[in-house]
Amino acid sequence: MTVVGGTAGVPPAVPPTSRSNTADPPPPGGPLRRILRRSETGAWRWGGRIAVLLPFAALVFVIAVLAVKAAPAIRVNGWHFLTGSEFDAGSGYGGTTTTDGVAHPIGAAYAIWPLIAGTLQSSAIALIVAVPISLGCAFALTERLPRWISRPLGFAVELLAGIPSVVIGLWGILTFGPILARDVYPIIGNNMPDVPVLSYFRDPVGQGDGLLTAGLVLALMIIPIISSTTADLFRQVPRLPKEGGEALGMTDWEVANRITLPWVRSGIIGASVLGLGRALGETIAIAMISGSIFQVAPNIYSPMSTIAATIVSKLDGAQTDGTGFAVATFAEMGLLLAVISILVNLGARGIVARTSRLGGPVGRGA
Amino acid sequence: MSARGRSRRGALAIGFRVGTYLALLLVLGPALWIVVGVIARAVPHWQWDVLWHTTKGSSGGLEGALLGTLILMVGVLIIAGSIGVLAGIHLAELARPRRSGKPGGGIMRMAADVLSGFPSIVLGYVGYVALVVGLHWGYSLLPALLILSIMVVPYIAKATETAIRQVPTAYREGAEALGMSTGYGLRKVVLKTALPGIVTGLLIALAIACGETAPLLYTAGWSGGNWTGSFIGGHQFSYLTYPVYVFYNTPNPSAHALAYDAALLLLVIVLLLLVSSRIIVARTQRHAESR
Repeated sequence: MTVVGGTAGVPPAVPPTSRSNTADPPPPGGPLRRILRRSETGAWRWGGRIAVLLPFAALVFVIAVLAVKAAPAIRVNGWHFLTGSEFDAGSGYGGTTTTDGVAHPIGAAYAIWPLIAGTLQSSAIALIVAVPISLGCAFALTERLPRWISRPLGFAVELLAGIPSVVIGLWGILTFGPILARDVYPIIGNNMPDVPVLSYFRDPVGQGDGLLTAGLVLALMIIPIISSTTADLFRQVPRLPKEGGEALGMTDWEVANRITLPWVRSGIIGASVLGLGRALGETIAIAMISGSIFQVAPNIYSPMSTIAATIVSKLDGAQTDGTGFAVATFAEMGLLLAVISILVNLGARGIVARTSRLGGPVGRGA
Repeated sequence: MSARGRSRRGALAIGFRVGTYLALLLVLGPALWIVVGVIARAVPHWQWDVLWHTTKGSSGGLEGALLGTLILMVGVLIIAGSIGVLAGIHLAELARPRRSGKPGGGIMRMAADVLSGFPSIVLGYVGYVALVVGLHWGYSLLPALLILSIMVVPYIAKATETAIRQVPTAYREGAEALGMSTGYGLRKVVLKTALPGIVTGLLIALAIACGETAPLLYTAGWSGGNWTGSFIGGHQFSYLTYPVYVFYNTPNPSAHALAYDAALLLLVIVLLLLVSSRIIVARTQRHAESR
């Protein structure tokens, strides 16, 4: 490919004389106004250049801070950090010791496999529940209901995305969880057969704070993201193939399954992964609902915790570690979470961008 | 086709139809349940007094928290709003397109995308480590504002870019034909046309900002009182999400009541923001020539 002349987008330089000839009559205002007006283009250009650099600079800054802070913890905790199960700040009075040149309280040991497992499990539950519901919801809103009713309903879904996660957490822990634990979980828990996979769903069902409740609430929080993205995709499917299918006598389900869904399949995968990214990083609601127990959940109703929820609920206590090792370990946890979420997000954006051009801001809430 | 095959197809179609409506119900039901649940628990003991008294311990009112959240929103509007709108203008209008014809600013766009999906608590942690402790600012307003702004800038930039891209090219050509400079035409023609979309983006960003908890806990701290007027220096700050997060599991009934009051106020603010963004969109669509 060859580029002819100047770069596209930049107008060719016009000699000032020709401009003053065409600008007839001259713009209103005195000479000062005219100078200001001419420099306005430059102001927009430079303001935009600086502003667009800032998110990039912020991202670099955030990752650099995490990496620098986490470095000593990574050296001491090693790979065991990812696979083991220990969360011991060490004795506050037992003095400090030094490993690999890093000071930390005697007995301090961190290994967060239960948190990683909890993060993955709760997000997996959220995704399994949210994807079919989001697809059904998007179908109902775009293909089925008339416009006058689908618009207010669509706004209601949008509103769900806007509800602060702390309010959803409050509802989840004081209303939703207890009702599930009293009326729904026992029915499942008592009747599940004791065979390998299903035994994970057996009693005891607990108080309503735990893995399943957390996963369901997460599902509720990511449904608006997945369904609004999917609805946008459905609207982009051309009408002719769908009408053709109907003319051939296909039922609703066959049109959806054979024409609409294949048309936007990778977009749906991208939207789901985007929702997954949100679920992995959700903090406050999970901190309230998960039960905050450092363990790999023995059954699906058990209390557990996630990386993000542990950072928010335990960072307060970590500040008491005089050597700063606990805070460094939290940086390692944050870095791990950040890396996971960056990979997931970039993967999702890649998939979505390859298949469609999406308009609105998609991601966290609203 | 056999009769059995036909009935199976019919059953699948009916099942699909029922399934989609059920899915819609499963989304709208809980959404309504949350809103009604919070209202039902907050309204019976609601006293307007809550708005004129500051929080003392885990009782009192929410004046400081409400004002704090409003101040945070104004601050975010100023910081993130100006940066985000300028960045969006740059991405849509001024960035040089790449040779392949794709829009320019690839790496900036990617950075914004990554930031918009970043776990909010990680941003809060960085604010705590780098700004509160590292720069000795202490728990105060400025670190909270900066972290919240980092969080919402990508949304504002994206909304601005989308709104500007929807302005018809003919408008720009018209502006140029009238002899307007690029900057003047941008302000008078392009931005004016894209304004509703930009304002909608700002309102949604504010809705996100006012509902955040995790990034504020370790940057703003919590005082319960009114803003002291200082931006840094360990003057802790109040905001509405804190009482919800902290007071719900205290045995004290007045703390419980405060948690629900704060949740109700948050819902009202978010609802106002989202409804006004909807109204703006609806009005501009009615006035637009197409559609």
